[in-house]
Amino acid sequence: MALTGVSLIAFLVVHVGINACIWAGDGGDMFNKASHFMGSTVVIRILEVGLFAGIILHIVQGLVLEVQNRSRRQTAYAVSLGNRGSKWYRRSMGLLGTLLLLFLVMHLSHFWVPSRFSTLETITIDGKEYPNQYADIIRVFHDPLVVVLYLLGCASLLYHLLHGFQSAFRTLGVGNNRYLALIKITGFWFSIIVSIGFAMMPISVYLEWIS
Amino acid sequence: MEHYSMNLTLKVWRQKNKDSKGDFETYKVENISSEMSFLEMMDVLNDRLIREGKEPIAFDHDCREGICGTCSMYINGRPHGPWHANTTCQLHMRAYKDGDTIVVEPWRAKAFPVVKDLIVDRSAFDRIIQAGGYISVNTGNAVDANSLPIEKEKADESFAAAACIGCGACVAACKNSSAMLFVSAKVSHLALLPQGAPERKTRVLNMIAQMDKEGFGACTNTQACESVCPKEISMTNIAKLNSEYIISGLTSR
Ligand code: HEM
Ligand code: SF4
Ligand code: FES
Repeated sequence: MALTGVSLIAFLVVHVGINACIWAGDGGDMFNKASHFMGSTVVIRILEVGLFAGIILHIVQGLVLEVQNRSRRQTAYAVSLGNRGSKWYRRSMGLLGTLLLLFLVMHLSHFWVPSRFSTLETITIDGKEYPNQYADIIRVFHDPLVVVLYLLGCASLLYHLLHGFQSAFRTLGVGNNRYLALIKITGFWFSIIVSIGFAMMPISVYLEWIS
Repeated sequence: MEHYSMNLTLKVWRQKNKDSKGDFETYKVENISSEMSFLEMMDVLNDRLIREGKEPIAFDHDCREGICGTCSMYINGRPHGPWHANTTCQLHMRAYKDGDTIVVEPWRAKAFPVVKDLIVDRSAFDRIIQAGGYISVNTGNAVDANSLPIEKEKADESFAAAACIGCGACVAACKNSSAMLFVSAKVSHLALLPQGAPERKTRVLNMIAQMDKEGFGACTNTQACESVCPKEISMTNIAKLNSEYIISGLTSR
């Protein structure tokens, strides 16, 4: 759980970095080049297989864990401890993860499927042809419903990471007080920056900050 | 603080034995002094039930001074009641005011089956200790304490972990019914000391194996355990337990 979680965190860094290219102010050239690179080399293809395996493993482990842990208390309490003991999102990783799974299905069908199976229009940059991923994003994020669903997805990601980042390191055995303090602060800011980074994409397109 | 008395409504879990279904029973108690402990208030109620010819409420208690860990009661949704770093026996009625309703439940966990009313069977903890929560030493004359120097920081940290009284509040509070805070306290306590070194690897592997066998859930670091622990055992011990477990798993034969 922790190992697959940390791998997915590493993937998010790359993903949010490439997305940030849409704000280069060059009509999407840099973004198209970067996303083409991510879809064109053998190394990336191998990493993609690893990523999918990681995601599936994480989901399966997560659901099994949730179901098993629930079975460890057969009679529910009449009055629950609730938020007096822990923050709600620390107890809702199964729910947040399921929301992310639903988001992922929508997200892959929006972007990964057309790009992977080459149904995108092409654009010529510096005399070379590239699939116009950028134009596709502009098209998808013109639908307000899609924008709202993406923002909900980003909120789920925020809370999943706010707990998951530090929990993964605790499970991996980081028990030194100084490192734990570092991990708490890093986890907090990482979750906020990454989630806002992703959320800014649909927002900037919808509000036409970029075109 | 001003001394006062109060009338309360109690909703207490009653269950004849481990196989019966059990349900809440409502009791009115009157003239409870703010100076009484929670258990004394229960004694007053039981005294009345006995005089009325009814079955008194079964609950665990022993030391009544916060050190034995038997007084397991889940009070208004929190193990050991509302006070921080406190046991049920050290909870006093000044925590409540006239007219309050108090719901009292037993610890709920598959690994802690209800025996009767508020009493649960916590022998799973004993079996975890038996699996490795000890050091093997030759008994004989007590050795001189100063023959084995231990750094102050380690001694303090070990002592803080050793303060665990095995009450099970951590399991009761945890949404996963996980016993990791308890096990981590026991493992940290011994892993930090030279006396614990010879059995360090087998201890953690055997205790975790027993913990899983008993049917406790897996830790997801929700932090509920730490917030209710009467001895303020730190969750950092759980991370340390994880590293002990991983390293022992990779390096032991
Ligand atoms: C291996 C041999 C030992 C055995 C079998 C043993 C046994 C016990 C037992 C059964 C108790 C509980 C008594 C009670 O009901 O309070 C106890 C308490 C205690 N033991 Fe030991 N003990 C041993 C070694 C030691 C040593 C080496 C020390 C001191 C350096 C020590 C110091 C104490 C103290 C201070 C208490 C608390 C007494 C109290 O206030 O209840 N014990 N021991
Ligand atoms: S860790 Fe705290 S809550 Fe858990 S058994 Fe020990 S004293 Fe009780
Ligand atoms: S009765 Fe011993 S800790 Fe409460």
